[in-house]
Amino acid sequence: MDTFVTAFAEAGALLVSFDLGFLSIVGLSMRISLTAVVLACLIGFPLGAIVALTHFPGRGAVTLLLNTFMGLPPVVVGLIVFLLLSRAGPLGVLGLLFTPAAMIIAQTILVTPIIAALTRQITSDLWIEYGEHLRSLNASPLGTVVTLIADARYSLATVVLAGFGRAIAEVGAVMIVGGNIDHATRVMTTAIALETSKGNLSTALGLGIVLMALALAANAAVQLINSRAQRRAALA
Amino acid sequence: MSSTVSILPLRVQHLAFEANGTQLLDDVGFTLEAGRRTVLLGPNGAGKSLLLRLCHGLLRPTSGKIQWSAGAQRATRQQAMVFQRPVMLRRSTISNITHALAVRGVAREKRKARAESALEIAGLAELARRPARLLSGGEQQRLALARAWATEPDILFLDEPCASLDPAATHYVEALIEGFHADGTKIFMATHDLMQARRIGDEILFLHKGRLLESGDATAFFVQPKTKEGRAFIAGELLW
Ligand SMILES: Nc1ncnc2c1ncn2[C@@H]1O[C@H](COP(=O)(O)OP(=O)(O)O)[C@@H](O)[C@H]1O
Ligand SMILES: [Mg+2]
Repeated sequence: MDTFVTAFAEAGALLVSFDLGFLSIVGLSMRISLTAVVLACLIGFPLGAIVALTHFPGRGAVTLLLNTFMGLPPVVVGLIVFLLLSRAGPLGVLGLLFTPAAMIIAQTILVTPIIAALTRQITSDLWIEYGEHLRSLNASPLGTVVTLIADARYSLATVVLAGFGRAIAEVGAVMIVGGNIDHATRVMTTAIALETSKGNLSTALGLGIVLMALALAANAAVQLINSRAQRRAALA
Repeated sequence: MSSTVSILPLRVQHLAFEANGTQLLDDVGFTLEAGRRTVLLGPNGAGKSLLLRLCHGLLRPTSGKIQWSAGAQRATRQQAMVFQRPVMLRRSTISNITHALAVRGVAREKRKARAESALEIAGLAELARRPARLLSGGEQQRLALARAWATEPDILFLDEPCASLDPAATHYVEALIEGFHADGTKIFMATHDLMQARRIGDEILFLHKGRLLESGDATAFFVQPKTKEGRAFIAGELLW
């Protein structure tokens, strides 16, 4: 119990000291996870909408895959990306292993199915409601997708934040492909794992608190968006 | 109302629609001319909504012809449909209209003015900024009509637009329909409501169990229906 209290105190001190090493770890985490989420949205929004709105052979299988991949274990994704990027692997020549780029790739793979699967669900629900009106107006495929994504904006914002929450909190994938190299690929989750194993509980806890605060902020944003949407019922 | 020539008349010949082995519409044929208000009358389940959707191009017929007096592209652009349950986008009242105009390719600078005059006509100018889904049922249906009007169709399909409205809201919607008609838009409205058919119809298409039993002048139909089903319906004895 004593160590717990001391750890908390030290963590607090670390937080207010603006320790540079500490801040760079937090900064790298944010940079990697935000980039991964943006990339996942660029792929996942259109992919989800296309699966929802078009008919092609194997559509059911794609839906099943997307839904299954929502729960991909991060270590497995890390392992696969590792194999692809390792010197002997097919993408080895790129020399990306143990760089932030590799971590971004791994997290993008982790988050894209979440964004795509939820986008598919949301747009197909909205299509049931809007479909006849949009077809009556003879909307183009692009116009249709733009309308549905624009009008699902509140639900989709929640999806984006869920994706971010998954990326920022995972440790398995970034550990394997990033290697937890100091000043290069060390992020909050891998640093917590390392500091804990070294017995530096205060540093680990300080990072843990920042991580929790970020998760809290993301969830608070989701809740704010939802309640705002509910208040304006109708735009939700 | 486009400045160019109308896409009417619409010629429907030997139209049939079958789903899961059931013949839902069978050998339906009629011609819709510009001008007169045509009411598609029949009990629930007769196939009125199906027929409207087929004419509007939302469904494909199993067999038969639907021919407009204009090329396919112009024909699709020059028609609009208002559904029984109005589709309200999750946007403001006015954006529901500007969105439709944008989809129809109306130039950006013209959209707002046209949307505003449509709202004015529908008595919704005060509610322009309100989320459309917070409007009352009657207001939503008026917005759906205003939205259709703004796209300047030659023909307006109306599928029981008053079916879930109270008498006051119904009266308002009917007045708007009257305004469209006066403006030169062809009205083609489905209803199961005999009184409404009497109020609005210049000509009647009487549909029963997927077959078009009578078509022609409204007065003639109400005074002297040609079929026993028509007589029974007018007497209020035909329940389905
Ligand atoms: N898209 C469709 N596919 C198959 N059956 C349909 C479809 N739309 C309507 N039906 C069926 O066709 C019949 C006529 O329906 P409908 O046109 O809605 O009647 P009405 O509008 O005259 O009340 C009903 O039995 C309905 O279940
Ligand atoms: Mg109907």
